[in-house]
Amino acid sequence: MTTLPNGHYIDDAPYDPDENLSALDRKDMDAPAWQLVWRRFRRHKLGLIAGLFLLVSYLLLPVAGFIAPYTANERSAEYLYHPPQAIHLFHEGALIGPFVYPTTGQADLVNFRWQYETDTDRPMRLQMFCEGGAYKLLGFIPSDTHLFCAPEGATVFLLGSDRLGRDVFSRILYGAQLSLTVGLIGITVSFVLGIFFGSIAGYFGGKTDWIINRAIEILRSLPELPLWLALSAAVPSNWGPVAVFFIISIILGILDWPGLARAVRSKFLSLREEEYVRAAEMMGAKPGRVIRRHLLPNFMSHLIASATLSIPAMILGETALSFLGLGLRAPAVSWGVMLNDAQNLASIEIYPWTAIPMLPIIIVVLAFNFLGDGLRDSLDPYKS
Amino acid sequence: MMFLKYAAYRLVTMLLTLGVVSILIFAIINLPPGDYLSNQIAELRATGQAEGVAKAEFLRTEYALDRPLWMQYLIWVGAAPGPQGFSGLLQGDFGWSFEFDQPVAEIVGDALWLTVLVNLAAVIFVYVVALPLGVLAAAKSETWVDYSAAFVGYLGLATPNFLLALMLFYYGHKYMGLPIGGLMAPEFEGEPMSPAKVQSILVHLIVPTFVIGTSGAAAMMQRLRANMLDELSKPYVETARAKGMSPTRLLAKYPLRMAFNPFVADIGNLLPAMVSGSVLVSVVLGLQTIGPALLTALKSQDQFLAGFVLMFVALLTLIGTMISDLLLVLLDPRIRYGAREG
Repeated sequence: MTTLPNGHYIDDAPYDPDENLSALDRKDMDAPAWQLVWRRFRRHKLGLIAGLFLLVSYLLLPVAGFIAPYTANERSAEYLYHPPQAIHLFHEGALIGPFVYPTTGQADLVNFRWQYETDTDRPMRLQMFCEGGAYKLLGFIPSDTHLFCAPEGATVFLLGSDRLGRDVFSRILYGAQLSLTVGLIGITVSFVLGIFFGSIAGYFGGKTDWIINRAIEILRSLPELPLWLALSAAVPSNWGPVAVFFIISIILGILDWPGLARAVRSKFLSLREEEYVRAAEMMGAKPGRVIRRHLLPNFMSHLIASATLSIPAMILGETALSFLGLGLRAPAVSWGVMLNDAQNLASIEIYPWTAIPMLPIIIVVLAFNFLGDGLRDSLDPYKS
Repeated sequence: MMFLKYAAYRLVTMLLTLGVVSILIFAIINLPPGDYLSNQIAELRATGQAEGVAKAEFLRTEYALDRPLWMQYLIWVGAAPGPQGFSGLLQGDFGWSFEFDQPVAEIVGDALWLTVLVNLAAVIFVYVVALPLGVLAAAKSETWVDYSAAFVGYLGLATPNFLLALMLFYYGHKYMGLPIGGLMAPEFEGEPMSPAKVQSILVHLIVPTFVIGTSGAAAMMQRLRANMLDELSKPYVETARAKGMSPTRLLAKYPLRMAFNPFVADIGNLLPAMVSGSVLVSVVLGLQTIGPALLTALKSQDQFLAGFVLMFVALLTLIGTMISDLLLVLLDPRIRYGAREG
């Protein structure tokens, strides 16, 4: 910015006459829509990286048991609150492959905590493709082969161990299985309800619309968390972990649909006046067909983008519920359940590694946000 | 006059909504099988304490828990005569907490005001932080200012509230000497208001306000930035710029006002989220708001206490939404009264 003598401001930035040429001027704009979307999405670097990261994470879920050196609830009674261990490659300048130093624990009776001493003279190589605790590969193939495990007489706690001597790293991998799918199930429930109610409200209008709209307003004006709390408190305590898991994800979804329904409804209100809808109706298409074949495909992509943006809220919701002890319960492992251990200041101060599960939560939530933003920006390929 | 009419209309809809909400809340609380007293009776029977059973049975009839559910609801609200005649929420009788063996009003008492206080502080925090940052991010869009604001915003959205609370408490205490836990120093509890007590409350409010407000501020900042950017690309802004208007004036004169609208409207979304956040944060930080009371009540099926707290939280949100709707009408003459739905 420069100020002229008469007090006016002018921009010094170089002027590029081609800057505002819209994408429409490109000659290949008649390519199929998905290609255009992909072309735009590719330019959204952050979204692309986030998408790849999430893809890899979800693909790894079924084989989490193979990667984890321990199983989810395997306890090492002599190694409670063990600090994180590093994997080394060189011992006194010589390469001996990935190894750990063994540690021995001692009770510190003054401060009432465990002290671990590292024996740096005896490097112990990690075992690869070794036999360890039994788990189910892909959820149904029984197996006991692990990618790597601790050598005899030593431990490999990459991110430390918790109050019961369970490996935090392995538990994060197992926890991902529940924490990452809870959002998917929740969003499916919310999607089905939201599209169903939103489309009948928008398409039929009148009384139906009025009733659904009031319901949406009421649900939206209620604070979510107290309702989640109340609903989860109603889950019988004798149900198994799997049933609790499903019911919690459904609860998360049930309270999420109003926002989606509103978006769908307002879109339908404007779209139902279009000529092609009238044409379809005149040719005798039933409302269900008009909604599914003619109206929904118009903005499915937008719905997917907004769904991506609301998955993080569900993941955080599950974490909060489990953290308060009203969500998933042990022996189920989720990131929220793990954080339940880090509930007080003492553990954050003395055993900071018990709070490590917050890192994957933050990363995954960020990734979903970036992916959703990227999708939203790229779904309208004709906008410059 | 039109405005008063609209305000009255909004008030009536709010009250009706509150009525529906009370049904919902009552239904949710009664979802788990059994109630506090029948659980207690079963337990007493199992341990063979007959005299306790008699007391619990007495309480059961006293609070009409032996009647059908719809009757219980009407008695709870105060629309039907209970064992002591009309005595429910409408009459200002909030019921009895079985867990604490005290009237609900006495347990929540101060906590209600502290809840309002914490949430109010958080709302103010959100506005104070989000307004300048959002405008700045839009004005300097695609520069490092924008990116760093976006980064902080994303981080605020992604960090679970309760963890942020724990971390801030720990580091705030370690490096800045901020107090740990509670909403006031213990010696002021139950004391009448005094300058020293007010100061103590304010110092204790810093961390909770920050924690509850962060995610709301981040969301609002992003929305304000998007609104501003939309507004800044309009022809009138271009004209003003071409004529050489000063950058600050250019921003403040019209775009800011236009972008402000959704900002006020957003409080309807903001408030439920904040109230949710404050419940969770209160549990973690041990604030004497109604959050911890709600959690214990829900866990032990102490139904009158849980019901009252949920009703109060819903009322808080509904009032906030109503105020934002009224403000919006005052701010923007383009909004038509009554039928605003497209």
